Amino acid sequence: MTATAPRATRVRPRGPRIARAMKPLVFAVLLAPAIWLAYALFADQLDGDVVKILEISTGTLALRSLAYTLAISPLKQLTGWTWLNMYRRMLGLFVFFYATAHMLIYFGLDLELQFGEIWTSILKRPYITIGMLSWLILVPLAITSPNFMARKLGGPRWKRLHQLTYVVAVTATTHYLWAVKKDTFWPLVYFALFAALLLVRAYGWYGLHRRAANAAV
Amino acid sequence: MLIRKRIEPPSSEITPEAEYLNRREFLGMVGSIGALSATGAVAEGLMGGFSTVEAQQGDKVTDESKVTSYNNYYEFGTDKEDPKANSQQFKARPWSVKIEGLCRKPGSMPLDSFLSPSRIEDRTYRFRCVEAWSAVIPWRGIPLADVIRRADPLPSAKYVELTTLYDPSQMSGQRRATIQWPYTEGLRIDEALNPLAFLATGMYGKTLPNQNGAPLRLVVPWKYGFKNIKAIVKLKFTDQQPTSTWMKAASDEYGFYANVNPAVDHPRWSQARERRLGEVLRKPTLMFNGYSEQVASMYGGMDLRRNY
Repeated sequence: MTATAPRATRVRPRGPRIARAMKPLVFAVLLAPAIWLAYALFADQLDGDVVKILEISTGTLALRSLAYTLAISPLKQLTGWTWLNMYRRMLGLFVFFYATAHMLIYFGLDLELQFGEIWTSILKRPYITIGMLSWLILVPLAITSPNFMARKLGGPRWKRLHQLTYVVAVTATTHYLWAVKKDTFWPLVYFALFAALLLVRAYGWYGLHRRAANAAV
Repeated sequence: MLIRKRIEPPSSEITPEAEYLNRREFLGMVGSIGALSATGAVAEGLMGGFSTVEAQQGDKVTDESKVTSYNNYYEFGTDKEDPKANSQQFKARPWSVKIEGLCRKPGSMPLDSFLSPSRIEDRTYRFRCVEAWSAVIPWRGIPLADVIRRADPLPSAKYVELTTLYDPSQMSGQRRATIQWPYTEGLRIDEALNPLAFLATGMYGKTLPNQNGAPLRLVVPWKYGFKNIKAIVKLKFTDQQPTSTWMKAASDEYGFYANVNPAVDHPRWSQARERRLGEVLRKPTLMFNGYSEQVASMYGGMDLRRNY
């Protein structure tokens, strides 16, 4: 390219370009813990109660991904960085990925696919019931994540369906709270975090409705 | 890949009584060798002996690194990695132990005088946490019964209550009200006098690491791990059943007896099976953690479902 080449006439903001370029990196960062856990499992690097460590790690990773997902909208409002939207689906799918790994480790390695035990645990142990429920809610969200599915459903319906994410924030944190023995510090941290993220939205909706109402007058 | 069907051990693999008696003799013998010498060779001998007599249950001594880096000790934090990370500055010496309550010889004494009348023994026991993980640990210490007899309890003494050190300046976990401090535990006198009940001052042939309860901890292998109170500063004889820390924290989940029992589930998980530290597949949990012969008679006629 020579110095005389004409500069682009449209001023393209740099944010989206960088965001798109960074996508593989963000993906790698989010996937790295899974690769480390798999390696550590087979290289005997998990000191202690191996399966419990896997369960706690994947569960925490799912919750963390959920927090990132829910943080995007408020962050976008705060900063005006609309390109943050580009990461939303990937983050959401990571929630599903870690939640699925978490569930499969519990049923497959912890309960060793003993179907009697799996069934009892879902029916008898409230923290498993609500954990299972959380995963089930995530399934249609993951299925409808591709663009063509969103188009098929239509914007408003797709949006309403994906608002189930807020429900998962509550059920998944309740699952965590009921699962811990005594120290409820971290479950409560997640509760506070999700409550804050949902309140920001509620405030936004309230503002919109008020403006709409005022405009109608 | 990792999942395969569990194979039930046939009844022919259950240790016959004669062999079991031999085992006790053998362990006693190994124990006395251990008392005379603290070399690695002896520790190895113990493990070798252990694996031959206990092979039926597929028990092998758990890696020391796993036992010292993954455990519960809320005094140093609630995560399994916290005890090792936060206990390194803990001062386990000098240490004194107080004996009080319904006994003829109460008093406070330095740890060395507390231990010295007894012969130091090595005992390898299964350890079963209430959270369904387990280990096989070679302990070093003295029988709890020695200490109880030396204190000369009054006939009215029915229980002994043990207390952990309370020192938030050294035990950072005590700065938060996660459970009620100081940690206390209790045993019925006959349980405390049972030959299996042990006070450990060491493990793996070495001095007890801080994270595992230095300088003095209880080992009652037929009970869940939380009964094995650490950093003991006090023994108190009482006529009333003591209320342990975990009973206060969640009485529907943790009872006074806390005997290992595969038939009585924890409200949130099954106790039927357990996972050895470092292993992926589970194995069946044994009644009284495999020590029925030694302890079951103490609970004759008791409803173990109610007295969990």
